[in-house]
Amino acid sequence: MIGRARWENAQHKARRLAAGISKAKGFCASRLAFDLICIPERISYPSTSVIAEFDTLIAARDAVRAKRISAVELTRATLAQIDKLDPVLHAFNSTTADHALEQAKAVDAGTRTGPLAGVPVALKDNICTTFGTTTCASKMLENFRSPYDATVVKKLDAAGAIVIGKTNLDEFAMGGSTENSSFGPTRNPWDPSRVPGGSSGGSAAAVAAQMCCAALGSDTGGSIRQPASLCGIVGIKPTYGRVSRFGLVAFASSLDQIGTFGWTVADAAALLQAIAGHDPRDSTSVDRPVPGYLSELSQPMTGLRIGIAREYAQTKGMDPQVRRAIDAAIAKYKELGAAIVDVALPHAEYGVAAYYVIAPCEASSNLARYDGAHYGHRTKEKVNDVVELFSRSRAEGFGDEVKRRIMIGTYALSSGYYDAYYLRALRIRRLIKNDFDAAFEKCDVILTPTAPTPAFPIGEKSADPLAMYLLDVFTVTANIAGIPGISVPCGFTDGSTSGGKALPIGFQLLGPTFSESTLFRAAEMYQSATDWHTRRPTLTA
Amino acid sequence: MADPHLSQADIRHVAKLARLALSEQELTKLGSQLESILHYIGKLAEVDTSGVEPMAHALPVHNVFRDDVPSDPLPLEKTLQNAPATDGPFFRVPKVIGGDEDSAG
Repeated sequence: MIGRARWENAQHKARRLAAGISKAKGFCASRLAFDLICIPERISYPSTSVIAEFDTLIAARDAVRAKRISAVELTRATLAQIDKLDPVLHAFNSTTADHALEQAKAVDAGTRTGPLAGVPVALKDNICTTFGTTTCASKMLENFRSPYDATVVKKLDAAGAIVIGKTNLDEFAMGGSTENSSFGPTRNPWDPSRVPGGSSGGSAAAVAAQMCCAALGSDTGGSIRQPASLCGIVGIKPTYGRVSRFGLVAFASSLDQIGTFGWTVADAAALLQAIAGHDPRDSTSVDRPVPGYLSELSQPMTGLRIGIAREYAQTKGMDPQVRRAIDAAIAKYKELGAAIVDVALPHAEYGVAAYYVIAPCEASSNLARYDGAHYGHRTKEKVNDVVELFSRSRAEGFGDEVKRRIMIGTYALSSGYYDAYYLRALRIRRLIKNDFDAAFEKCDVILTPTAPTPAFPIGEKSADPLAMYLLDVFTVTANIAGIPGISVPCGFTDGSTSGGKALPIGFQLLGPTFSESTLFRAAEMYQSATDWHTRRPTLTA
Repeated sequence: MADPHLSQADIRHVAKLARLALSEQELTKLGSQLESILHYIGKLAEVDTSGVEPMAHALPVHNVFRDDVPSDPLPLEKTLQNAPATDGPFFRVPKVIGGDEDSAG
């Protein structure tokens, strides 16, 4: 393990170097430094045969079960894949190699069993683990070691999964591109000059680059579904309360939800199966039986009614290639026997505006805990009193986007503005929920694009926060209403606008609360009739 | 919700409430960014929300009670393991009383 530790150390140094330069000379300098350090002339690809053969959760699970490969062998191959590709992609903030190999040995020894025994999974780095660090990609928590495991981590442990590492994100999950990480951006495996989406961009990129078989992310306004779409994989945000948030570092507590990424619908379903359920440690988790997502997946779906919201047809800034792919997906569903129904979501256009009041308000309150007193970054400056300690530590520890959201939230909650912003946004939240309730009287699921555009170049939108926020147009309403949504790969661009590199496109299915099983089955219906989920990126630099 | 204009004094006030010691440069940049974001959020004023009950939570939430059974707390060494400064079994911080007028708040 010495070699591995040395590699981790070297990579850590490279990232800190890039982050240090960023502090001194601004963000572009950081990116340049990152490029210089990390982009080799050419990356050999495809991967080793082991990885290529067992890169889905189901394939890995079955292979380990049938002893066609040992868990240790699979774990080592996965770590080797990370060694090879992550210096370029930076999907991981840290790997937990020693811990993973211990878990794998226990699987091979027969002392560690469960439905996910031996399957390498990655965790978004805002999910607390007692092993390794939990950084939220923030300088504030750069060295934070959680004193407890998140409930989902305990559940994965009980299921026998192998935790391979912690993935990069926009700082505190605030962003849609993973460029807001204090440790440098993650790159999209389909085109490393582009973003993987975000905020769970590290998890999505890790799956897409075969650096794990499946991954957990969190979704507050689209942070699972949008990167899944931009990385060509499946990602689900479950119903609010379906998965315990205990040990998920809080961003916006009424919107946050943990969910899963995988190459296939079955992978996302199997992983959700392992983590869903009531938890006494999260009073907002719902005490309601978890259906057999995986076993129900094979049940044929007849009479599926798919709602198409007429308001979304007018969305500004829609990429024509995305529009074409979505239209083709709708046509495919028709061909498969689904009924297409026109539905109205008249308040959907206010979703982004309501979200960017509610989420920052909750964030400004949740992030008040980072004060440099109990844990996290503390200023080295000499301070006169504790308030100065708080203010300086926070100003040094938080990045630009986090500061921006704390400021918006603080402003909107401050005296004289509370009714005009916060209360008004909560009223519109109810109207959005009512729209969905009415729409689901007429249909089983609603189909939308997941994101208005495919992956965009790193740096393109980082100077314009509002332009970035507007990309959340199709995803935020699910968080606002608490309903589940899944993103499913449905094609690629022709590469004409991206230097010949075809970029993935995804559609989103939304359903009523606790309709995850319906979403999985409807997604499976499409996936089993298409082959987008079988494509893999080819990396050349 | 008129079109918001944020003076430097407004931004400074919000930063103070948020306990963020921002530089002059950050205050200026944030000021214009916040204005454009708040301008967009101003869209919410178009909607007639009279008679609509605010919805703070997507699902109905109720008080959750549990039996009052004693259990082990987090051990001291785990509680302090991330502390920037400690003094025996305590977190160490600069003086709390005095200084800024908000200190005692």
